[in-house]
Amino acid sequence: VTVENFLRVLTGRIPPSTPRSKRLLSDDRSNILIYMTGHGGNGFLKFQDSEEITNVELADAFEQMWQKRRYNELLFIIDTCQGASMYERFYSPNIMALASSQVGEDSLSHQPDLGIGVHLMDRYTFYVLEFLEEIHPASQTNMNDLFQVCPKSLCVSTPGHRTDLFQRDPQNVLITDFFGSVRKVEITAETLSLDRHVAAFESKFPEEELATEPLKYAEQLPVAQIIHQKPKQKDWHPPGGFILGLWALIIMVFFKTYGIKHMKHVF
Amino acid sequence: AAPVQVRLVVPITVVFGPGSVPRDLPRPLPFRDVQEVEISVNLRTSVMSRYEMHYRRTTGQEEAALAAATAREADAALHPLQDTTMGSLTMYVVSETSSLLPQGISVYVGKHRSALVRAVGSLAALQARLREVTQVMSFTASSIATALSDRVPNGQLSPDARRYLKSSLGYEITFSLLNPDPKSHTVDWDIEGAVNRYVKPVLDKLSLVANFSVDSQILYYAVLGVTPRYNKESSSFLLSAHSLPHVINPVEARLGSSAASLYPVLNFLLYVPERSHSPLYIHDKDGAPVSTNAFHSPRWGGIMVYNVEAPVSSQASLPLHVDVDMTRVMEVFLAQLRLLFGLSQEEVPSEFLLESPGNEGLADWELDHLLWAHTVENIATVSTTLTSLAQLLDKIGNIVIKDDVASEVYRAVASVQSAVTKLSLGHLHAAFQASKEAVTSSERAFFDPSLLHLLYFPDDQKFAIYIPLFLPMAVPILLSLAKIVRETRLRKKEPTKMD
Repeated sequence: VTVENFLRVLTGRIPPSTPRSKRLLSDDRSNILIYMTGHGGNGFLKFQDSEEITNVELADAFEQMWQKRRYNELLFIIDTCQGASMYERFYSPNIMALASSQVGEDSLSHQPDLGIGVHLMDRYTFYVLEFLEEIHPASQTNMNDLFQVCPKSLCVSTPGHRTDLFQRDPQNVLITDFFGSVRKVEITAETLSLDRHVAAFESKFPEEELATEPLKYAEQLPVAQIIHQKPKQKDWHPPGGFILGLWALIIMVFFKTYGIKHMKHVF
Repeated sequence: AAPVQVRLVVPITVVFGPGSVPRDLPRPLPFRDVQEVEISVNLRTSVMSRYEMHYRRTTGQEEAALAAATAREADAALHPLQDTTMGSLTMYVVSETSSLLPQGISVYVGKHRSALVRAVGSLAALQARLREVTQVMSFTASSIATALSDRVPNGQLSPDARRYLKSSLGYEITFSLLNPDPKSHTVDWDIEGAVNRYVKPVLDKLSLVANFSVDSQILYYAVLGVTPRYNKESSSFLLSAHSLPHVINPVEARLGSSAASLYPVLNFLLYVPERSHSPLYIHDKDGAPVSTNAFHSPRWGGIMVYNVEAPVSSQASLPLHVDVDMTRVMEVFLAQLRLLFGLSQEEVPSEFLLESPGNEGLADWELDHLLWAHTVENIATVSTTLTSLAQLLDKIGNIVIKDDVASEVYRAVASVQSAVTKLSLGHLHAAFQASKEAVTSSERAFFDPSLLHLLYFPDDQKFAIYIPLFLPMAVPILLSLAKIVRETRLRKKEPTKMD
């Protein structure tokens, strides 16, 4: 996962060869949940210890998504140090954001495992998961309850949230809108009446059968070709910048040491 | 959102049969008239619908056709005499007392592009009725607003608003048979035959709208995510309406889809309940069993529960062999397909009698309905896409536009202009094709991988990166240059000094 891949998936600007399973095939009625965790700071989040994603880039990506209506509502949860800085720059509508700590605060981790020597989980994530485990698909719990998860007494940092871009009142937004697998369904009340005794169908637009030659596999290692190959004629290219620069340096050093008067002996 | 002004032109021919001409015609027949109605979706999006009416009397052949016994026969006889270009409508007005239309029915809508309308006294009343018919057979303000649903101000579109399939170049249809209990039931379904006999005619008719591909699969040990409850009164199992929304997700993980295609997938699932949960009925909100025993989810597909008759003797050997009645199944699946596309007959007024399209699946005017909505949707999408692309390019000043992106943008603009022009001339089919090309080009331009904003650094970031590298290096170079300049100036002055 790199920053570029992540933003490509979000905005949809993906090379055409990407398979379906690696694309975000969302439309204007999809609710999207984005959860990010790791190390971060004021305005950035670390990816794989070598890259960062900034809050401006993320906000621009969400705006590109909104322009193409790739989401209906977006819930953004971030659990890093100074997490609230990541959602400060959002400017697209219908985004609700939660963060584990405010700017200037650190998010702390939860359980140290003395056997392995590292911490197993972050505090905010732990308490959010504990909260979510009590939600079942038919639950009516709303977002205001999610905002209360992990108060300062448990989390040491102050969780924050941002709802000004969101159109609906958080009171009316169900947790299952983002976390559940609740689909809109309608009862099928109509049927089509089909004539049972119908012959096989002749299409009005018959597919044209393209005559193709029988196909066979290409030879995997054309040994005969390789053995009898003549050496390829390579076109002559003038020497590139590096070679020219190197020779210029050598010539300059030579004439600096031995003096310009030797030039006439060379030519 | 970018401003969109589109004019939709519907050419309508109104043919007055004998005894049906209203008394208060402004001019003698034949004459033409134009009615314009504006549908405004938001401040910058307005659709002007223009109905070009041509009123005339019947010809001899049409009169003979109208003398048929039933409306259906009359419609069939009139079909070869009509103008059948897409988007056009023909309405035959029959006298008030005509027996062609059954009692209580004032309009008979055929399965092509014509309707038989019972005359009303005055021209104004007749025009009101004709307008009703036109709206059913072409588009209404709400169908256009739904097509432009991403422009409707939030809050005006109710959360229950119809979510029909978005306009796309193609759709993939997957029929799946779910058999959770193979030990009890061996289910045979002749899906290939059913697709050839029932599905292909419908898809053939819809092929003007999009490309369709069909595949099928059988899944064993796939259960619904919800445990049905036992209903003592009817000694059957039931799935209540509020448990249906939780059924789809657990099953969806096992369905799979073709990795290569990016078209939306429509899944039609046939579920044969386990022997221990048979028979299984779906109940609606009021607790009554649903006659089709099926439900569908907008933009996803449909699920039908197929109950196996209990064997006559309880000692019957397991597994029972089940031969699925594909006609009954396809009647439901194809109805669900129509509903997913938004072709529902429930909003039609009760005095209208609609001819059943039969095995073709949809009437010609329903196809027109789809084309109107999809063309308007495509034009709006192209306009939004290109405007947003232009905004992106304005924002990132140093973005590089490749030649092929530029040519796609030009092509998209030309196609969408052509689509709008053709719509205002009343050529629906050509306008739809142009709008499809416009969408393809604009999407290809917008989603080009080279336009990722991450790749283009704003100038201040470039300064911030290069200055710490080059400034320390540049200091001695600049100082030496200054020294050289000073020395040359001194040397120039020296010859004068020597003298």
